[in-house]
Amino acid sequence: MSRVRIEAVVNGEPVEFLGGTRQSLLDALRDELQLTGTKEGCGTGDCGACSVIVDGRLVCSCLMLAPEADGRTVETIEGLAKNGVMHPLQQQFLEQAALQCGFCTPGFLVAAKALLDRNPDPTESEVRYWLAGNLCRCTGYDKIVRAVMDAAAQMRAAGGAR
Amino acid sequence: MSEQDYVEPATVGAAVAALAAARGSTRLLAGGTDVLVQLRSGRVRPDLIVNLRRIPELAGVRSEDGAFVIGAATPCAVLGEHAALARAWPGVIEAATLIGSKQVQGRASLGGNLCNGSPAADSVPALIAAGAVALIDGPAGRRECPIEAVPAGPGRTTLAPAEILVAIRLPARPARSGDAYLRLIPRTEMDIAVVGAAVNLTVDAAGVVTAARVALGAVAPTALRVDAAGAALVGSTLDAAAIERMQAAVRAACRPIDDKRGTIAYRTQVAGVLAGRAARIAHQRATQGGQA
Amino acid sequence: MNDATHAANATGLKVVGQRPIRPDGADKVTGRAVFGADVHLPGMLIGRVKRSPHAHARILRIDTSAARALPGVKAVVTSDDFPRVGSEALEQGEGSATLVDVADNCLARGKVLYAGHAVAAVAAVSSEIAERALDLITVEYEVLPHVIDVEAAMAPDAPLLNERLFTAGVTPRPTTPSNIAQKTVVARGDVAKGFAAAEVVHEGRYVTVPVHQGYIEPHACVAWAGADGQHQIWCSSQGHFAVRAMCAKVLGLELRDIRVYPAEIGGGFGGKTTVYLEPVALALSRQCGRPVRMVMSREEVFLASGPTSGGVVEVRLGAMKDGTIVAAEVTLKFQAGAFPGSPVGAGSMAALACYAIEHAVVTGYDVVCNRPKVAAYRAPGAPIAAFGVESAIDELAVILGMDPIDLRIRNAVKPGMKAVYGASFREIAFVETLQAIQAHPQYRAPLGPNQGRGVAAGFWFNIGGESSAAVHVDEDGGATVITSNPDIGGSRASMAMMAAETLGLPIERVRATIADTTAIGFSALTGGSRVTFATGMAVVQAAQRVVQDLKRRAALTWECEADQVEWRDGAAYCTDASKEVAPLSLRDLASRSARTGGPISAEVSLNAQGAGPGFGVHVCDVEVDPETGRTTVLRYTAAQDVGRAIHPAYVEGQLQGGVAQGIGWALNEEYVYDAKGVLQNPGFLDYRMPVASDLPMIDTILIESAPNPRHPYGAKGVGEVPIVPPLAAVANAVQRATGVRMRALPISPPRLLAALDGEG
Repeated sequence: MSRVRIEAVVNGEPVEFLGGTRQSLLDALRDELQLTGTKEGCGTGDCGACSVIVDGRLVCSCLMLAPEADGRTVETIEGLAKNGVMHPLQQQFLEQAALQCGFCTPGFLVAAKALLDRNPDPTESEVRYWLAGNLCRCTGYDKIVRAVMDAAAQMRAAGGAR
Repeated sequence: MSEQDYVEPATVGAAVAALAAARGSTRLLAGGTDVLVQLRSGRVRPDLIVNLRRIPELAGVRSEDGAFVIGAATPCAVLGEHAALARAWPGVIEAATLIGSKQVQGRASLGGNLCNGSPAADSVPALIAAGAVALIDGPAGRRECPIEAVPAGPGRTTLAPAEILVAIRLPARPARSGDAYLRLIPRTEMDIAVVGAAVNLTVDAAGVVTAARVALGAVAPTALRVDAAGAALVGSTLDAAAIERMQAAVRAACRPIDDKRGTIAYRTQVAGVLAGRAARIAHQRATQGGQA
Repeated sequence: MNDATHAANATGLKVVGQRPIRPDGADKVTGRAVFGADVHLPGMLIGRVKRSPHAHARILRIDTSAARALPGVKAVVTSDDFPRVGSEALEQGEGSATLVDVADNCLARGKVLYAGHAVAAVAAVSSEIAERALDLITVEYEVLPHVIDVEAAMAPDAPLLNERLFTAGVTPRPTTPSNIAQKTVVARGDVAKGFAAAEVVHEGRYVTVPVHQGYIEPHACVAWAGADGQHQIWCSSQGHFAVRAMCAKVLGLELRDIRVYPAEIGGGFGGKTTVYLEPVALALSRQCGRPVRMVMSREEVFLASGPTSGGVVEVRLGAMKDGTIVAAEVTLKFQAGAFPGSPVGAGSMAALACYAIEHAVVTGYDVVCNRPKVAAYRAPGAPIAAFGVESAIDELAVILGMDPIDLRIRNAVKPGMKAVYGASFREIAFVETLQAIQAHPQYRAPLGPNQGRGVAAGFWFNIGGESSAAVHVDEDGGATVITSNPDIGGSRASMAMMAAETLGLPIERVRATIADTTAIGFSALTGGSRVTFATGMAVVQAAQRVVQDLKRRAALTWECEADQVEWRDGAAYCTDASKEVAPLSLRDLASRSARTGGPISAEVSLNAQGAGPGFGVHVCDVEVDPETGRTTVLRYTAAQDVGRAIHPAYVEGQLQGGVAQGIGWALNEEYVYDAKGVLQNPGFLDYRMPVASDLPMIDTILIESAPNPRHPYGAKGVGEVPIVPPLAAVANAVQRATGVRMRALPISPPRLLAALDGEG
């Protein structure tokens, strides 16, 4: 495996790092950029714990190679709160106890943000099907779904997107 | 110094040239949702990865005289957001947006789904039923073939060395046409299809089927076009007897295996069930003004 | 007793029972929380494990020389690098293991007992080099016949895993070795007499297959050996004191020479109460002196970490026509995996615990087989036993034409009764829990075609045990609660709340942390639904000592007697009216602590007794597609006797999470083995856990009519009961929806369709 120079914008900041040509974007985020909020749960795209948003599109970072980030924008959990102010999703997750161990939580928050960026008024079914790619073993999803829908309502009331 | 093991060519020609010149094993990379899984498991260890992301011809959807030409590396999520495509081919889009999760659909492509060669690939039966055509480029130049000619068996295609699938063309649609794709999975999402069934039909003003194509997934080493099943529907209004004849043809065509996802008996039985249900949905879409 | 207990009984509580944001929550929603795989140390190496491809084989030779010679490889270990150890029993909470088995499971000695069994490990400067090093290790095996199914393993001609294993619990002691490690019996009364008097007898055989706890975080640790023999380990675990003990014993080290730091843990459910990687990582680090990180891949989690048993449950019930169950006979055959220690003992005790059956016998068999050693999984043993018993009771309800809840109420244990397994029930609310389900709107919701409703009950003991907690007061009037129990479900919130309640502080002024093994007294691990009960008890007692100390300091300040000081709402009040002094708040007292005796803190270590058992009753509505055998869960409600919900949202979360695991267990989760005993589905693609679109909202009813008086705020353990009823609740619902009784799990579409077609 060789290493190549990668330039990307991560959470709004331009970054430059070396990534392996067989290294996943997930490993590059965690090991080269020390952004360990994005997690590996399976490494095969079946659990969503590694979810990030690349050029506005929700993806599993374990299914991308590091060099594919070159020239792209990447949003991770570390970029969800802006200037120390939490995103309504983060706030609702806390208020509704929508996390227990918290390992799947970054993936869910990123996935939910991608949903609300596209669809500010999802039904319960739309939320569940959108989040089907994120596994949670602790919560049974109930409070997660409620938190997402309440965050959506809160965002609509506040007049839209951040 | 070691050779480059990863390239991002800017044109189809450059990609073909890179494949043709490679000394060791190669792998094309579009969405990566199959390739990265295989890299991780060690199932593939390519000396050269050719990433197609910088080739404009491979990304995006364009209309051509009523036909749609879909760049082979276009993410399925992009297809799902294409209103005209979804109106004309709801079955194809259903199939494309059932692959994996929203995360997977953000990257997975029809080209990858086809060329990965899984017998259970969701989009392939729908593309076959649609009469889609594969547009291929390679050292010997461009060629076309029906989609069903591409898969050769589990994990294999009929593409020649250094050939690349460039686009998939969905033909112009006659009026009063509709398609549908259904699959059986144990959960509601995230599973590989245990059985997949796609039906594409055209009806006349009285709702009588004038053309029908039926294709199945996960019941044979490749997706199957079942001509006898389509024929069973032609001339009918999808009455119970016609559906039963179609289902019998579907079941007769199945050649599934027993594996961790399903048994031979189950797949065969359910293939008929799903084909019947998909036919009814396609018929409803066709009679409700499925468009050209 | 004391101010806090009186307040609890009067429910004039200010913090307990509310739903504040957990104090550690921000880290978890911002990605800042540090889990085991997030720990990064300078010079850290990557460790990887070489695993057996064979289900059962003798290890003839291991050659690691080529691996050691590969540039970038800094250490290589096999079982030769572990000392020989004895078979003392280890503290694993609700798991059960001996030291030699844990050690041999970490690195195989002499034999590999399952495909995936670790045989060697390397530490290298990159994962790429570590993988290459593994390929360079050659192992010569003599492949042996293997056995996986529990009844096949019990057969006299089954391949033997251990020539020195003789069935315990049988007299006279057998002289031929067996895969049956132990036979247990729980009995009371005279079953022959009971069955003779019964008017109706029902018999059923129920089968479950192995399932995994399914935590999303794979096992992860970093170990760093010090040149002076003092070592450090960072790991995600359910008990870092237990990790310390197991590593020390496996490697022959002293406890004081291993310091274990608790990383955040991404789910455990019992599966992280043992060690797989930590002793290996420490052994690698001792060889080279550098930190070694080891993280399991998802495939390794499935191949080599303990799932729970598959089992066979044979149930015979004898009842009168009015529904009174007069006799019960249950046989449990549980897979232990490669080493003895299935939860068949606990399963045997829990099997009939809900019911006042006069004559009962439960026989259990612990059977080894060539799969990973089982680890505890949420109420270990009880879900399997309950699947059989609760299905059988449902079948009895059908035979008798009785409402399934009425049948259970007729036989339910009540306060003052003795359980079949011997314990006396004191403050329990099983009947109220049954009635709560009967009264819930779901119980009356109309059902359409192909839809059915199933009910089931469940029990778990909940344990107490050893816990330590400290409460420190800061000079600006805030407080920190320190415990040594990893937080797997939000327990830091409850600890902070109980301390806040006792101190009379608002929750915002209390923080909760989890300290490493040198910084706080010993705690038994997080499991057994014991933390809110036992560690909470220690927290409250520590806070009570702080309150006593604050009152003493107030008395000193006011120059009055200690018994003339009252503590209320976070301040000291003088009851001697003649003194005419203003109250002293905690902040006032804390700011001048140096003058009144020094820093204000207290630490308590205790062995909590009197944990309250829990009862759950669930109702599940399903719809079955009769042409494909697919089952959809439409509605689900879980009621549970929780004592008092310290933080109701986290208690609800425990119920909902256990229900989701139980539904997965019932419908789609299973281990699939090929003919060679190799696992075919070691990943989340084909090991099918419920996803968000598979489940409806899960309604919960928290029954708080019988608080546990032995806990300062009435708490009972809640985390494990919720996984016990769902298996039968789903199966019973499927029966009502289709008329077909599924006695084997999972009720996957191919199996259900075959059963439906068989009936039709």
